[in-house]
Amino acid sequence: MFEQMAKNPAAWLSGKGNESLVVLSTRVRLARNIAGCLYPGSANTETKQRVVSYFDSVRERSKTMNEGLYFKAPEFTELDKNFLIERHLISPAFLNGDLSKALYIDTSERVSIMVNEEDHLRIQGLAPGLDPRGAYKLAGKFDKEISKHLEYDFDDDFGFLTACPTNAGTGMRVSVLIHLPGLVLTREIEKVISRITRTGLVVRGFYGEGSDVLGNLFQVSNQNTLGVSEDEIIELIDRVTKEINEHEAAARKRLMDEAADMMEDKIWRALGILQNARMLTADEAMNLLSAVRLGHAMKIINFLDVTLINQILLLSQPAHLQKYYGSEMDPNKRDFVRAQLVREMLGANGKGTRKGLQA
Amino acid sequence: MTCQDCKKNDAQVHFTQIVNNEKMSLSLCKECAAARGFHSPLDNVPFPLAEILSSLTMGLPEKAISKDLEKLKCDSCGMTFGDFTRKGRFGCGKCYRIFRPRLEGIMRKIHGASLHRGGIPKFEGEKMENFPVAIKEEERLETELKKAIESEDFERAAEIRDKLRLMKEETARTEKAENSKV
Repeated sequence: MFEQMAKNPAAWLSGKGNESLVVLSTRVRLARNIAGCLYPGSANTETKQRVVSYFDSVRERSKTMNEGLYFKAPEFTELDKNFLIERHLISPAFLNGDLSKALYIDTSERVSIMVNEEDHLRIQGLAPGLDPRGAYKLAGKFDKEISKHLEYDFDDDFGFLTACPTNAGTGMRVSVLIHLPGLVLTREIEKVISRITRTGLVVRGFYGEGSDVLGNLFQVSNQNTLGVSEDEIIELIDRVTKEINEHEAAARKRLMDEAADMMEDKIWRALGILQNARMLTADEAMNLLSAVRLGHAMKIINFLDVTLINQILLLSQPAHLQKYYGSEMDPNKRDFVRAQLVREMLGANGKGTRKGLQA
Repeated sequence: MTCQDCKKNDAQVHFTQIVNNEKMSLSLCKECAAARGFHSPLDNVPFPLAEILSSLTMGLPEKAISKDLEKLKCDSCGMTFGDFTRKGRFGCGKCYRIFRPRLEGIMRKIHGASLHRGGIPKFEGEKMENFPVAIKEEERLETELKKAIESEDFERAAEIRDKLRLMKEETARTEKAENSKV
């Protein structure tokens, strides 16, 4: 399952959209529950199956949801599961527990609906680049259609009711995946983060081994879902992400003004390793790709495009790699195959147009 | 450094998160990190609710976690208020109604507000359950506002006043639009 999907790029990582050199993607998630049914965490199998059948009947009646992929009681393998997680179509928690669940993915792969995750419905819209409004429009279209047929759990004071109080109100979480190597290298990231969190946003970074943030990737999302309108959340995310981008741009400029040789060396070395390595772990690939992405954005490397870099980033994830080659592999084999795939993808695109080498 | 969760293996994943200007750090081994849902930077990270809620309930005054409150129970799913503070999850929509007086404070700590200002679902079918007939929202808020002022909860009073003002503006706008159509 999903081998064909793995060969296609993920729509949300297309490299298009606003600010796509810094912002990889935007996601909007709406949490909804159906009135009169216990939440999945406390419901018995029968209730959960009833919720699935409610969703089923809405889907059958719907023009929008007639097409696309639909899995009822999905019996996925670990690999299938991890593949969908890497592709942002399900959450890691979704497939724990019994099978009284369902998953819908629209044809464009930009909307997915999880039935019986923590809430009865989790409707998610994905967009490339910085586009909270576009992602909300996608998810909102499905939400609106479902709400016509199913009565949501809604309260005048607390808005849309959710299993977790942190989601109540709009039930809406917007998150932006953002690449901030400049701020990490200049060590300004903590300062910028603490300023942002005063605005009601949450920033998360991932630290691998050592002190470097893995892939220099951060996630910015809204903390508050109650007492703010959907538009206000969208505007906040949009405005603050743009502010972060300005800080990132200033940091990059400073790095080039003060340490251009070191920067260029770091970037070209990263590309050199990616083009020549025979073994690459997923973490190493992610960190090197971060440097290459920076090199591309700063026009130091000018024969690659961001779509290709994103595609390599996605395919070097363990489950994608295995689905791409259509077989399960142990970690050693994966590292070997990953290095091979990265070489092929970088080589093919770089042929004959390496103007950047003169830089 | 050893893993904060299992306290056995070496910590390999170091995770920093800043919520409301408070830094939270976690150092975990790979297995425990995966158990908490931290797989890779491309993943969506779960909200650290357990940490937030436990700090919330710890912050509550002694009398707030009295035996009576602990036993306050939702008759629909059977969850007590005590269960909720431990699990951090409600069992059903009715929990919100049963625990309402307690939730206002908790919501304000999580969201900085306790009243919804976003969209409202437009349901077109038959209701599945017989909910009591709703009093007109504005009337209800006026009563709530009076109560809040009486109990000197000015933060809530201000919030209700804002919501009322927005509702009135909205009503005025729609009326104007209706009139101009005519």
